[in-house]
Amino acid sequence: MTAAVLFENVSRHFGTVKAVDAVDLEIAAGEFFAMLGPSGSGKTTCLRLMAGFEQPTGGHIEIFGETAEGVPPYRRSVNTVFQDYALFPHLSILDNVAYGLMVKGIGRQERHRAAEDALAMVKLPGYGQRRPGQLSGGQRQRVALARALVNKPKVLLLDEPLGALDLKLREQMQEELKSLQKSLGITFVFVTHDQGEALSMADRIAVFNDGKIQQLGTPEDIYQRPQTRFVADFVGSSNILSSAICARLGVPAAAASLRPEAIAIGTSWAEQLTLPGTVTARSFLGAVNRVSVDCDGEKIIVASPAAMPVPDIGAQVQLAFSRNDLHLMEAA
Amino acid sequence: MRSDRSTSAPLGLKIAAIGGLAFLHIPILLIFLYAFTTEEKSYQFPPPGLTLQWFAITWDRPDVWAALTLSVKVATIATAIALVLGTLCAAAVSQTRFFGRETISLLVILPIALPGIITGIALRSAFSMADIPFSFWTIVLGHATFCIVVVYNNAVARFRRVSGSLIEASMDLGADGFQTFRHVILPNIGTALLAGGMLAFALSFDEVIVTTFTGGQQSTLPIWMLEELIRPRQRPVTNVVAMVVMLVTFLPILAAYYLTRDGDQIAGAGK
Repeated sequence: MTAAVLFENVSRHFGTVKAVDAVDLEIAAGEFFAMLGPSGSGKTTCLRLMAGFEQPTGGHIEIFGETAEGVPPYRRSVNTVFQDYALFPHLSILDNVAYGLMVKGIGRQERHRAAEDALAMVKLPGYGQRRPGQLSGGQRQRVALARALVNKPKVLLLDEPLGALDLKLREQMQEELKSLQKSLGITFVFVTHDQGEALSMADRIAVFNDGKIQQLGTPEDIYQRPQTRFVADFVGSSNILSSAICARLGVPAAAASLRPEAIAIGTSWAEQLTLPGTVTARSFLGAVNRVSVDCDGEKIIVASPAAMPVPDIGAQVQLAFSRNDLHLMEAA
Repeated sequence: MRSDRSTSAPLGLKIAAIGGLAFLHIPILLIFLYAFTTEEKSYQFPPPGLTLQWFAITWDRPDVWAALTLSVKVATIATAIALVLGTLCAAAVSQTRFFGRETISLLVILPIALPGIITGIALRSAFSMADIPFSFWTIVLGHATFCIVVVYNNAVARFRRVSGSLIEASMDLGADGFQTFRHVILPNIGTALLAGGMLAFALSFDEVIVTTFTGGQQSTLPIWMLEELIRPRQRPVTNVVAMVVMLVTFLPILAAYYLTRDGDQIAGAGK
């Protein structure tokens, strides 16, 4: 089956800055794909390479089997939802949504009907006569979505789509985006720096750092089995155990990652690994207590369920965890 | 606290303000008054009588018509040149980054900061060195130098507010460069261009100094007025023309002011 988006050894260098450096990527048709990374990691440049706003300095890009290098944005069957929405301030909402159809030369009546349908799909029916300035951030986001989807793109690109929304709206939009993607069957590629967003929405995630993909996999893969120190650290806040600690546990490795919620404080079962340590700090986070434990000078964070008793600062404790939760990494 | 601000200013300040405004505007009213005087040789006060005959006389003078036509032509073409070049320049400076961007921005604005006499002398010597005969077109070129600045300044301010992602959004939705210009850029900078164009027209219409240096035998309306003041006969004709010049230049400037003011609200609505 033809990949929706294919990157072969793609680079985009700005002078000496390697924004995207030799990236290989294959996004399947109908997939909800997330590109996750800190700012400056190259994820947005990758998105812009797909949209056609940037041209690669090396490598090959295909969109549904068609070569994309040298093809301008207006001749690609992809559409973008911009981070700042980029709604046209001088046009009504209806004309904003109908813009793509208008420049294609589709008649006024037909394009307005299609735009109305698209607005209904994003739950903004009857908002057509308003101006972008009269809408809230969440509504503008929906308009931007409708404006892109009305063109029936093969791939929809979303640049930090929920970044400007408040928490509650963000969670609601996450669900809506997900169900919209399922019902339309369009390939969604979205860029985010929020690991929670990527984990909850995406079918697969590519974690970017320094212009390269650090790890590509399902959310479970990325979260449970981080392959590099960067991924372990960026996706959630894993503990990284040094080789010295690993050796003490009887697992020879350069480093290993351990999720804070995989550790229990207190008595251990026979098959579990244990580490002694001293509690140095604790804070209540609602669902869990976050406890910092010092083990031979290495700080280990434990997320202990709020129902469990919390040891006092200075208390000597045993940390217990299963060997299966310990993920070995190459030195990185 | 707000009500304190709206209380009356001291009497002295009021008198000073009224005096200042009167000093600025009474001479202009006098120009209007002497357009109706019956005395044609000198400006005695008060005028011995009032008449409308100078309007008819002005209407019948071919030299007035020649000067007026020339001024309108020069201003129109200089404004057209300025609109095209000023917009392109503003687009380049505000939408892209390139080496020497700030310098170009400064060089474009420089002609309006320079005294007109320097622009005039510089253009005159450049034209004669290049063996270009002084003509209608040299006047147009001279005027275009400062008209571009006005258009550029208006356009660049508006371009900065048209975010780059609007243009990208348009391209993303399938519009090529021309469609993007027509459907997105032009509607967003249109009022700024109109305002800039009107200001440029008004500037060109009453320009004297650069025209003196770059004109040949032709005289534009302001130059004609300057020559006319020396003649002792039919002086009120000059006043009639002055009234016309004022109306022709004042109305576009007023319109430009209102257009850009409203434009702020339109452009700001998207934020």
